[in-house]
Amino acid sequence: MCGTRSPVARAVVVGAGIVGAACARELARAGCAVTLVDRGGAASGTTAHGEGNILLSDKSPGPELELARLSRALWPPVLAEIAGSTPRGAALVRAVEWEPKGGLVVATTEAGAAGLARFAAGQRAAAVRCEPLDPAQTAAAEPFLTRAHRAVLHYPEDAQVQPAAAATALLADARAAGARLRTGCEVLGARTRGGRLTALHTTAGLLEADLFVNAAGPWAGSVAARLGAPVDVRPRRGDVLVTTPQPPTVFHKVYDADYVGAVGSDDSGLQTSAVVESTRAGSLLLGSSRRRVGFDDRLRPEVLAAIAAKAIRLFPALAAVPVMRAYGGFRPYVPDHLPVIGADPRLAGLWHAGGHEGAGIGLSLGTARLLRALILGTPAPLDPEPFRVDRPAVLGTAGPARDGAGAPGHGSSPEHPQHPGGTAQSATPAERKEGP
Amino acid sequence: MTARHVLVVGAGPAGLAAARSALAAGAEVVLVDSAEEMGGQYHRVPPAAFGAAHPERLQHHWAPFTRLRRELRAHPRCTWWPETAVWALEPRDPGEQGPPRVHLLHGPADGSGRTRHVLAPDALVLAPGAHDRVLPFPGWELPGVFTAGAAQALAKGERIAVGERVLVAGSGPFLLPVAGSLLEAGAGVRAVLEANPARTLARGWGSRPWQLAAHLGKTGELRDYAGQLLRHRVPYRTGRAVVEARGTGRVEEVVTARLRPDWSVVPGSSRTLAVDALCVSHGFSPQLELPVAAGCALLPSPAGEFVRVDGEQRTSAEGVWAAGEITGIAGAPAARAEGALAGWYAAGGDRTARALPRLHQVRDQGRDFAARLARAHPIGAAWPGWLRPDTLVCRCEETDYAALCAAAREESGAAARTARLATRAGLGPCQARICGPTVGELRARLRGSAPDARDAEGLAAPSSHRRPLAQPLRLGELARAPAPPPPGHRADGGPGSVPPRDPGPELPDDPAP
Repeated sequence: MCGTRSPVARAVVVGAGIVGAACARELARAGCAVTLVDRGGAASGTTAHGEGNILLSDKSPGPELELARLSRALWPPVLAEIAGSTPRGAALVRAVEWEPKGGLVVATTEAGAAGLARFAAGQRAAAVRCEPLDPAQTAAAEPFLTRAHRAVLHYPEDAQVQPAAAATALLADARAAGARLRTGCEVLGARTRGGRLTALHTTAGLLEADLFVNAAGPWAGSVAARLGAPVDVRPRRGDVLVTTPQPPTVFHKVYDADYVGAVGSDDSGLQTSAVVESTRAGSLLLGSSRRRVGFDDRLRPEVLAAIAAKAIRLFPALAAVPVMRAYGGFRPYVPDHLPVIGADPRLAGLWHAGGHEGAGIGLSLGTARLLRALILGTPAPLDPEPFRVDRPAVLGTAGPARDGAGAPGHGSSPEHPQHPGGTAQSATPAERKEGP
Repeated sequence: MTARHVLVVGAGPAGLAAARSALAAGAEVVLVDSAEEMGGQYHRVPPAAFGAAHPERLQHHWAPFTRLRRELRAHPRCTWWPETAVWALEPRDPGEQGPPRVHLLHGPADGSGRTRHVLAPDALVLAPGAHDRVLPFPGWELPGVFTAGAAQALAKGERIAVGERVLVAGSGPFLLPVAGSLLEAGAGVRAVLEANPARTLARGWGSRPWQLAAHLGKTGELRDYAGQLLRHRVPYRTGRAVVEARGTGRVEEVVTARLRPDWSVVPGSSRTLAVDALCVSHGFSPQLELPVAAGCALLPSPAGEFVRVDGEQRTSAEGVWAAGEITGIAGAPAARAEGALAGWYAAGGDRTARALPRLHQVRDQGRDFAARLARAHPIGAAWPGWLRPDTLVCRCEETDYAALCAAAREESGAAARTARLATRAGLGPCQARICGPTVGELRARLRGSAPDARDAEGLAAPSSHRRPLAQPLRLGELARAPAPPPPGHRADGGPGSVPPRDPGPELPDDPAP
């Protein structure tokens, strides 16, 4: 609908984090007139509170790995495009701190080693590059790593970016392609006409468009509820410790094999596993924790203590290193741990792009590319079916406990007002595209 | 009835007074400070090894201070924990009563084996004080440029004179005691430069000066310092500031200039002056990370943000009282009165105690003094005129003014947190303690009121005071399990087990020294 077919379609993307920025860029480059709105500032929510992971190593074979592989392949060319597209593009891309540093997964127990070996065999079958390292190779790759490891796997395709800068670069490029950014603009409700979403009521007034993309990260559930089409996206809290700048100590993204289990876990209690990496500024970032505590932002010293203990177990020399900062963020997750990418079957004109849990930075580019294909009706770069909105976990019909308010399906309730003025105004009916 | 457990953070004038009156009200008190000795910066004392024969010469209120120190050390219900840093405050769960749990590290900061403790007091008195506010100017990162507080700490604490030809510059009455401490330690002071013109000073301090005179102690102190400058023939010049420091590897000369009331430089008024050290202070920044972590509401004022307290020094956070410079920069007498009130009310002291009206009066005079201080020594709005593109704004991360301007122009990355990650200003070891207010001010100036004020649910609003880790700690220290609290104190939120040992609390009728 964007691009060659006239008139130019108007798109509103809700959420100026990395996923929203990537989607805005793809749609603007496809010829849509894009407005990107955010309740706060751009790239200041989950995007600015993570570590900047672009990982294949933690994905088991399946649709998320396919999306990760697509995204990983897109990062270098997209960054090159941004660098070349505007005069300041090169500076924006330098700030992204793209580091294809590779990942090292370490098992410190026999059971962990056996599990890791099984996991890696599956990944290799799915063509993920994954090389076991012997103790000498390990010592060469990470000289400060504990010697008490049972198995170490090297994933050369893992990479890292400074996530807020990555979102800033995508956003700047989207704007160079004509997208408009409106910050401090909160979505309040929907205006619909004939079962189609035609405009958003926002704190900055009415925003009319032909299509709307919900890319609000962990707040996607509340945005969707306000639009009358709730989706079950929940927050999962994570905490990160930041050390003072250190001489080169950690050379890859290094994590313990428990991490893979924690990512896929359904336990609502605290889980921690060591994830250790350095940044270009010299600080080490230490994660990770997973807790389901809603939007509770309170610091929990015992969580930080657990992260510290596990980091030291991997790198004993870090015990003397000072931690100077801690921050936490909220990962957007769907109970079945798969992103949501596609049209909302209940409300024409509404699309979703979210639920990436802790992998949104890495998966943003593939998500945006897939969404663009679905919206334009062009061949999809991968099978969109597993990410469809119309699945029990997303619609909230899968499990008993639901954090969000409102029953699935749309209708009117105080949470998602259908503004009465809506039917009186006309909007260009946009052609609804389902995925192929 | 069981005694209330009161934890006092900070052993400067405010914290000492709080501990004393909380004890007087019958509480069990734990007093913690990161220093080895009680007294804070105000009563900073040389280690015994330096053997200052007459510390009273360097110190105001020395005798009452030493009496109080003895009293607190000997008191059976007072636990004094030196070298103890509060690294985190952990707010209670909804529905749970009481102030945040207090996470402590105890032991020498440069040692490797500090122990972790967690206390769950009934009441928390925060009196962490303030640190120097220093505005950036070209060359301020050179060795030999000191914050006035650091120079004074060296002079008072270590008897080290920072130079033989020292210039003291900036704004505020604190310049005088700093110059005084330097002279006592044997430094040569070339001049004291107050950036505000005499007219601003007179207007700020001058109206109804008898009220100011009522604020006894403070005026006497300032008179003493002024006399000291006269004796040493140190000129005190107003309306003049250091706008650049120069030198190869170390400050060798400074450029001073005459300022207009808004601190813009008068063209053609520059002079160079040879120095071997420069001490700068542009007032104080209250140490707000603990109040912010505790959830205390802040109150904006022309002199910056401070903790909002009610008439009883109670903050908006349950079970948390505040005293001293985090509620306003008003000097030691006001801090003592605030501390005495905070400690008394935090301990559940009798609201009809006879000494209270006098303490309230002194505290209110202190607030008046703070207001005058802010009026007499404002930071002129035109100070960024000193900056050049390559002037460092954040010294830890070496972020210059040009980088800050570029980030502010970058619409796509303009949100406070995004810009901070992009420029790295405030992300270094000092965690924006030095540059935070400066960066905030420059951003506001460069951006206007751009809409990043509203933040998403669950994510705290960007603030240069937000430091969930209030103190750096080693990973090994963090990883270790907490040690038990001191005898008689509890680590959980349960009822206290220690009965009061002396009934009939009586609040001393003088503000503690």
